[in-house]
Amino acid sequence: MTRVDRMALGASWAVAALTVAFLMTPLVVTVAVSFADSPVYSLPPPGWSLRWYEAMQRRSGLADAVMLSLNLALVSTAISLIVGAAAAIAVARGRFPGREAIATFTVSPLMMPGLVVGVALLQFLREVGLRDAYWSLLLGHILITLPFVMRTLLAAMTQFDFSLIDAARTLGLSWPMAVVKVLAPNLAPAFLTAGLFAFLASMDNYPISIFLTDARNKTLPIKMLQYLEEQPDPSLAAMSTGLILLALIALIIGSRTVGLNRMIQG
Amino acid sequence: MNAENRIALLAAPGLLYLAALYALPLALLLTESLRDAEGALSLAAYVEFFADPFNRGVLWRTLRVAALTTLLALALAYPTALALSRARGWAQTAILVAMVLPLSVGVIVKAFAWSILFRANGAINGALMGLGVIDAPIRMLFTETALIIGAANVFLPFMVLPIYAVMRQLSPALPEAAATLGAGPFFRFFRVTLPLTLPGVIAGAAFTFSLSVSMYVIPSLIVGERQQTLSMLIARSFLFLRDEQLGATISAILLLIAIAVVLGSSWLAARVTGGRP
Repeated sequence: MTRVDRMALGASWAVAALTVAFLMTPLVVTVAVSFADSPVYSLPPPGWSLRWYEAMQRRSGLADAVMLSLNLALVSTAISLIVGAAAAIAVARGRFPGREAIATFTVSPLMMPGLVVGVALLQFLREVGLRDAYWSLLLGHILITLPFVMRTLLAAMTQFDFSLIDAARTLGLSWPMAVVKVLAPNLAPAFLTAGLFAFLASMDNYPISIFLTDARNKTLPIKMLQYLEEQPDPSLAAMSTGLILLALIALIIGSRTVGLNRMIQG
Repeated sequence: MNAENRIALLAAPGLLYLAALYALPLALLLTESLRDAEGALSLAAYVEFFADPFNRGVLWRTLRVAALTTLLALALAYPTALALSRARGWAQTAILVAMVLPLSVGVIVKAFAWSILFRANGAINGALMGLGVIDAPIRMLFTETALIIGAANVFLPFMVLPIYAVMRQLSPALPEAAATLGAGPFFRFFRVTLPLTLPGVIAGAAFTFSLSVSMYVIPSLIVGERQQTLSMLIARSFLFLRDEQLGATISAILLLIAIAVVLGSSWLAARVTGGRP
């Protein structure tokens, strides 16, 4: 290693440290504000208190929004995992033309503007006569979760050795049983990662949901943005700290079972 | 029907779903924007949109913010990915946690935290005044710089991860071999490391650009109504003005930008890899 190499590596370590600090900044701010004894977000706060955690519980409609978001995220992720796994097997194992195009198409919603997808879906559902907010939201959230699942599962399946399935079939298992008994356990980390990121994307989505809600069905992000406009006190920071804690628990479980490195590689 | 063809059928449910509820609605939206009030084919809506200097300004601002966000994210992400590919032990864990934890926190929370930091009485102004860099608070909230910093913060993991994925597979033996053959450090970086990691850079940049060009929550919390972007114009025309024709036109423009990014980046990636997968 020459002197220039060492300097370059040292510089990249410095940037990496800066990046870590930069990425953690909004989380640290949120947690700090949530424990502040002041309604005006001064940092560092004049004193510490738990009053915003009490105020959070008095927010009306919050529990409903959390339940609706959890419901949508769980149902849409489950559907996407099943539909997405089937499609990923077809692309990875099949020998038909257009597999590359199918892969690009199924992942492409990730890069399309959410508001535009939401508007287009709203106008289409109005056209076909579906007016129920829950079902509209669910259909929309499958559009959010499916591409996340496809991206992770496609990458994992193209690495999977499908001759294991052939071996299982030679030993007498049917195709569906071979998939359940051989492919699923082997690709469990990929399924877990795909499910986790799809779930989080659904919980966090604002642009698609905003067009599909009605007054009675508001998802958590919509409710949160509404609070920020109407009554922006730090009880929102308290709620966000709760979400950070949940994410941290999920991350610890994920790193113990799958490993952080495998998690981000999918 | 043989086994190979039956496997193709497994893709049918997902493809039909996306065709019916994603591709078809977007295609209808696009054709809608190409029709005038009588339903005849016309570019009138686009002509009207581009005739207004305010709209041209919004389009230009949207593209500029997205480009600068992508550049800032890339400047931080490439060295970070390089360090991450060499990191072991706790350093590796620290960088990976910093990537994944913010991803799981939600964009509203993060954008709101930045809006707190950028306030006139916020922590950044306080720190700068404490250090004696400035005498009076400077306006940061509602500026384009604040928006770019906030957006780069939210999208940074999407830039680091694809670059890291490629870099991790890059054998350290390659630059070493180049060194053995007498290549200097700059030659090795620009002719060996950079070209081999370019597919990751293209994937990350394309993803970051398409996320920032269509972001809605971040600008509405950091710059508000003062500096509109295309997404904010779309939301305003549908949700407040109820002007569906205008909304459809702007949606179509944003959609065309996104499609151009997808096609352009896959064309670039194919050129860079020279047909290799």
